[in-house]
Amino acid sequence: MSSHEQCYRSLASPAKPLSGTTSYSTQIPRKLPPRATITMSKFTQVNVPATGKTISVPTGLFINNEFVPSVDSQETIQCINPATEEPICSVVAGSAKDVDVAVAAARSALKTTWGKNVSGFERSRLLNKLADLIERDAQELAELEALNNGKPVKIARDFDIGDSVGCLRYYAGWADKIVGQSIDIDNKTKLAFTKHEPIGVCGQIIPWNYPIMMWAWKVAPALACGCTIVMKPSEFTPLTALKLSELVVEAGFPPGVVNTVPALGSVGGAALAAHPGVDKIAFTGSTVTGRKIMEAAAKSNLKKVSLELGGKSPQLIFESADIDQAANWAALGILYNTGQDCTAGSRVYVQDSIYDKFLQTLIEKAKALNIGNGFDEKSGGGPVVSKVQYDKIWSYIDAGKQEGAKCVLGGEKRPGKGYFVDPTIFTEIKPGMKIVKDEIFGPVLSVGRFKTEEEAINLANDTTYGLGAGLHSNDAGQCMRVSQALEAGTVWVNQYNLLYNNVPFGGKKQSGIGRELGSYALDEYTSVKAIQWNYGEKLDWPL
Amino acid sequence: MPSTFSYQFDTPSHKGITEFSTGLFINGEFVDGSENSTIDVINPATGKLITKISQGTPKDVDRAVAAAQHAFETSWGLKCPGAERAKLMNKLADLMEEHEDELAAVEALDNGKTFYWAKNADLKGAIDCIRYYAGWADKIQGKTIETNDGKLVYTRHEPLGVVGQIIPWNFPLLMLSWKIGPALATGNAIVLKPSEFTPLSALLTAKLAKEAGFPPGVFNVVNGYGATVGAAIAEHMDIEKVAFTGSTLVGRKIMEAAAKTNLKKVTLELGGKSPNIIFDDADLEAAVNWAAFGIFWNQGQTCCAGSRIFVHAKIYDEFLHLFTEKAKQVKVGDPFHPDSKQGPQVSNAQFDRIMSYIDSGKDEGATVHHGGVRVGDEGYFISPTIFTDTRPDMKIVKEEIFGPVGVVIKFDDDEDVIRQANDTVYGLACSVFSQNINRALETAHKLKAGTAWVNCANMLHASVPFGGFKQSGIGRELGEYALENYTAVKAVHVNFGHQWSVA
Repeated sequence: MSSHEQCYRSLASPAKPLSGTTSYSTQIPRKLPPRATITMSKFTQVNVPATGKTISVPTGLFINNEFVPSVDSQETIQCINPATEEPICSVVAGSAKDVDVAVAAARSALKTTWGKNVSGFERSRLLNKLADLIERDAQELAELEALNNGKPVKIARDFDIGDSVGCLRYYAGWADKIVGQSIDIDNKTKLAFTKHEPIGVCGQIIPWNYPIMMWAWKVAPALACGCTIVMKPSEFTPLTALKLSELVVEAGFPPGVVNTVPALGSVGGAALAAHPGVDKIAFTGSTVTGRKIMEAAAKSNLKKVSLELGGKSPQLIFESADIDQAANWAALGILYNTGQDCTAGSRVYVQDSIYDKFLQTLIEKAKALNIGNGFDEKSGGGPVVSKVQYDKIWSYIDAGKQEGAKCVLGGEKRPGKGYFVDPTIFTEIKPGMKIVKDEIFGPVLSVGRFKTEEEAINLANDTTYGLGAGLHSNDAGQCMRVSQALEAGTVWVNQYNLLYNNVPFGGKKQSGIGRELGSYALDEYTSVKAIQWNYGEKLDWPL
Repeated sequence: MPSTFSYQFDTPSHKGITEFSTGLFINGEFVDGSENSTIDVINPATGKLITKISQGTPKDVDRAVAAAQHAFETSWGLKCPGAERAKLMNKLADLMEEHEDELAAVEALDNGKTFYWAKNADLKGAIDCIRYYAGWADKIQGKTIETNDGKLVYTRHEPLGVVGQIIPWNFPLLMLSWKIGPALATGNAIVLKPSEFTPLSALLTAKLAKEAGFPPGVFNVVNGYGATVGAAIAEHMDIEKVAFTGSTLVGRKIMEAAAKTNLKKVTLELGGKSPNIIFDDADLEAAVNWAAFGIFWNQGQTCCAGSRIFVHAKIYDEFLHLFTEKAKQVKVGDPFHPDSKQGPQVSNAQFDRIMSYIDSGKDEGATVHHGGVRVGDEGYFISPTIFTDTRPDMKIVKEEIFGPVGVVIKFDDDEDVIRQANDTVYGLACSVFSQNINRALETAHKLKAGTAWVNCANMLHASVPFGGFKQSGIGRELGEYALENYTAVKAVHVNFGHQWSVA
């Protein structure tokens, strides 16, 4: 796999309970005891046990290019290393009032130093500079990401961060190419033209599965278009967003252009979604929370909304497929990032005639993956991100067993510390089962079978989601027919989970609204103004 | 082994050493020309020799084309992803920025333009242009097109292959960047011929391109004369496209050579005799400033120079008075002196050509209202010159002079001035000055030119297309439009189910 390929990236959902309750944040926040008076220093030294190094991490809110304490919150967010269950450090938990301050800073920057006050060439230069700095600090950022998220350092560095650098550079290239149209009305008296103006202040709420990469996907197009940002990282993984904020200053962005407010979803996320001073909100996470955000936008200022939500993506394996290759892609689809991937290919349907052979191959492939501590060079996958996520995945595995599916791989807990879940495969599944219907967000795969192409398409589309879909076949006609019939924002043919910065990504049906990446993402951060100019017509009055 | 040019600048504007090879740059190396001959490079401010550079030949063009072809097939073109091309181009821009003063000094020494303008217009514009096109490199997109459900049809915008680029002496580095920016972004390999009058900044840029890490053969520089190297490029059977900026006379020859050989694609940016219309409701002071900039910038050696200045009768006298004052304020002298606003013309030949136009204006009965004379007794300096009392059939009104010589023409009818402004074989640019935006836009829309400036002149941006109507050229440079010059569209039809029978 070349480093140009943006492998396996995906959007994440914050953990959500089986019951599908609609509380704003379903995650239980970890706080220090509220009675304690906490005076937090602006920076903390984080030890990286595997390397013996320490990394200085900001722990405050990042507003107007400075790290500052909360206006009124005494609470903190404790960050946990999911491989050891040990605490890493605590950062401030921002409040609704902090969001107000950040939004005001973003508004002021939009009016004075950013937005229409800065040329595309300058925005491009700053984005390229930021990319250079992230590239420079890739190793340290990767270690911090591995510590907080659990993923292997090498994957964080070479894929998450490598692709993030590419994403920033890609949008740096767009910053001076935001063009409108000029439209002839009658060639004599009237001229019309459009300007694609920055939407304004953008709230961006990013998930914990790819903390750096989702930051880049959100920040890059917004800044390219001239928007200003209030970013809320996930409460599970706020550290790298804070570290990246330091680089925003170093790159030379004016104060207030990017602001970072670590906070609980129920506090900071809710405040952003309902804020009358936020012009647009972009969210990546669960469908449950996505609905709440859209509802808050509808009830407040009708801010523009883009959502990248969950999935239950199917992969279809047809009898003409190269079985070994299809098994590789299927394993990648469900096991990359330990299944915490919203495009995870969590339902694999195999044609009758090759079912046994394919299943056997797939099990061997899944067994070959080494899940371990992210600082171990041998690890191809790490633990899942949190105790909540760990418990949720196990509750699904239990449900699968109870509802009568057959567990042919995994399904047994490891002893010892760390939120490790081994690759788990269920067969003999039925459409109504929870493991077939719900997004699990872990390395848990359901394998079903089909006889005909039509049946395969029906099974694949039998979901409320529509994020990704894969098909494996050596029949070109079949590839064409099936790729057109699948209801998803991305269809992979004889591959899976590969993304590129210049190819759009997003969901059909309840997997989302809008598209990220590519030129399409620019539409999410610009509003079109039509300017109609009369230079020759005299109006007679009365009509 | 080609020699190394080493030069110590010790001027009020710039101090420092520059050092680079004077060879041809082929396949990533500086090499001698096939005949080991050289071309003299003259300092136009003194008329004295600066250095000698290797002279290329048609044989050298063959070598460069072969290197470019090889690079295109192995390490460039479809073999190199857009993001990687972008990285290399951004790196080149960074290096140019790092060497900004050095490049500007070399440009001022070789071309005669002031160091100030070289740095603030040529260098800035060139760096912006390379960065702008770096941004396009990973955004070359085709389309998918609906036909019927048994077919998939899509287009690919593929690089052409080896492209020849022939650039002029008036903005050597800026024209280089306009040419190589879109060509490299789209994955083409280049054989570039700089003007024999101003070959130096391209050699220094080649050195930087090598340092940036472009694969050998992607960018080749063959210095030489138009009649030999230029002709060899235009006629070459393995060059897929030729881009030329220069005179209309030479542009015709290039197009003819392409027609007679392999029907290579041709884009041309040629001459102009651009009108500048100043209405009676213009902001007069602003219009005077822009008009002076329009004709006198870069010693008048600008293809979009506003060389025909039409002024409304109501303000004619006042305009002429103020405009003359401006012309008097243009300090002509040493390009490296901070007070200098205008340097020498680029060459003895250009000096003679401009002076002969001035003589012809006098002979045909026009009035030299200001200037019209050589400045000093060394170098090729000409004073800013204003002609009045002209007639439409005079050579100075009809032909491109390419020097600091403007004609000021009185008008009193809006429709008639549009007719006069369009009464030319050229159509590169035009300017309109009026505070009544309705009048300004209506006029701008009626003028036949590739660029219309409203209440400004000579403004260029990397993102805005530039090129000529009529005999001022074919194709557009800059902006997204320039990408079309360097890509071939392939439509791919894939049949999945449509059955066909001959029976």
